[in-house]
Amino acid sequence: MKERFFYIIFLFAIMVGIFSLIVLFIDIISDGYKYLSWDFFTNYASRKAEKSGILAPLAGTLWLVFMTAIFTIPIGVSTALYLEEFASDNLLNKIIKINVSNLAGVPSIIYGLLGLAFFTYTLSLGKSLLAGALTMTLLVLPIVIIASQEAIRTIQPSLKDAAYALGATKWEVSKRVILPHSIGGIMSGIILAMSRAIGETAPILIISSIVFITTVPSGPLDRFTVLPLQIYTWASFPKDDFRAIASTGIIVLLFILIVMNSIAIYVRFKTQD
Amino acid sequence: MQKDPRGIRSRRIEEILVLNLLRLSGLISIITTIGIISILGINSIPFFKEVGLIEFFTELQWTPLFIPQNFGVSPLVNGTFLVAFIAAGTALIFGLGSAFYLSEYASRRLRKTIKPLLEILAGIPTVVYGYFALTFVTPIIQIIFPETIVFNALSAGIVMGIMIIPMVSTLSEDAMNAVPMSLREAAYALGAKKYQVALRVVFPSAISGVVASFILAISRAIGETMIVSLAAGGKPALTLNPLEAIQTMTAYIVTVSQGETPQGSVEYNSIFAVGLLLFLLTLIMNLIGKFIVTKYAQNYE
Repeated sequence: MKERFFYIIFLFAIMVGIFSLIVLFIDIISDGYKYLSWDFFTNYASRKAEKSGILAPLAGTLWLVFMTAIFTIPIGVSTALYLEEFASDNLLNKIIKINVSNLAGVPSIIYGLLGLAFFTYTLSLGKSLLAGALTMTLLVLPIVIIASQEAIRTIQPSLKDAAYALGATKWEVSKRVILPHSIGGIMSGIILAMSRAIGETAPILIISSIVFITTVPSGPLDRFTVLPLQIYTWASFPKDDFRAIASTGIIVLLFILIVMNSIAIYVRFKTQD
Repeated sequence: MQKDPRGIRSRRIEEILVLNLLRLSGLISIITTIGIISILGINSIPFFKEVGLIEFFTELQWTPLFIPQNFGVSPLVNGTFLVAFIAAGTALIFGLGSAFYLSEYASRRLRKTIKPLLEILAGIPTVVYGYFALTFVTPIIQIIFPETIVFNALSAGIVMGIMIIPMVSTLSEDAMNAVPMSLREAAYALGAKKYQVALRVVFPSAISGVVASFILAISRAIGETMIVSLAAGGKPALTLNPLEAIQTMTAYIVTVSQGETPQGSVEYNSIFAVGLLLFLLTLIMNLIGKFIVTKYAQNYE
């Protein structure tokens, strides 16, 4: 009797999470599907909900992710390689390791403040894509580093030992053995980091403030907006039709994230041996 | 030997070059931390010169955008912790239950299907949860408690709690999995039922992991921005009533950033002072949480 009671309690607890997920998806699709049309992708934001579209934020998001990836991938993978393969066990390297895991727990809005004070004002990058991408890079770097470290750690030591026994240097072993064997885990870590960059609102909001942008950025120094920021703007209007179009934006955002996460899972699955 | 026929010399140069390049990447993370601390510090100094630490911590009103300006941070801290405790409480109840189910009841196959599904919750952008709280959860709360204000701490807290369920569940489950099988088997041999093993053997042995997950959940909730900005309101208030509008530290930073606040003004500097407090609070809680996690992990090794 009691056995059954606790079983039901625990089952209920886990169903709450899963049920919430389903309700959230249904709520957003039922609110937003009616504005989903081709025009929604080709129109700029407008004062009228039914004429509003996501061309500028969608372009901004693509720019931002592309630039963030360019900065993040080399730095993140290098750091992981350094910590796992090259670094000796001295104090500095221990500090770097602890520091990376602490950075992963810093709230994203703090990175926004860092970006605002340093990239926007000190380096005079203004409210540009470049300032946004550099800030986002610092925010998602720990994700790439930690995922790459885990991928590198799963390589069988015998593979590396064989290469070292043949007289290979550390860099040669990294290049020919470690990176090829851990590429799946590294790639899925990168994709997850980029998903995070796509969904983050707070740091971009701090840097670029709420703006009414009706142009597609043409270079890294242009002003920009991103999809989640546009969703936030629409959702904070106290009008039902703007809230509906916010949910149409959410449908597009979630669709992009689902596609990216599916790719990450596929890559990980495909490269697992 | 001068000709370097096997490329030993060029290989050595390459090796040193690469090592230093990689080391430089590693230093970027250190520079980031130094950057965060110094930027929050430098920009807060003019604020604390003008306002003073005593006013900041003892004054009971936060009205930087009105005249007369008051800079008592306590209403923001109050709002932040009110939402964070609702969120961490929600996440603890359902996350812990989920962990019990996954670790003690679910079959391997079921676990493999349910866990990734639950983890989707952690991958959904926070602005989506903010929308969900404002347009779905708040109206439901208003049906139950008609006096509820549109922007309230309860709705934001509950939705944030749902978002952190996977975090609490994963950390608690890890702690439960670390409990040796022999302890469970000993209890079963004495004729214990499954729920008795879960609650009286596994739970006490995993308690430090559960406590750590609760602390890390609060830390995560304190730093959350978009849900509270959309759903919890923008009115700094010293209240414990979750049905009223409040303002969190993060939501205040957002409010100031939305307008074009001139650099160097006291309002501009105030977001760094609030940011510094936020950074220190989350850092301390993360360190405590991680300390507990590593401590219990050593217990069975």
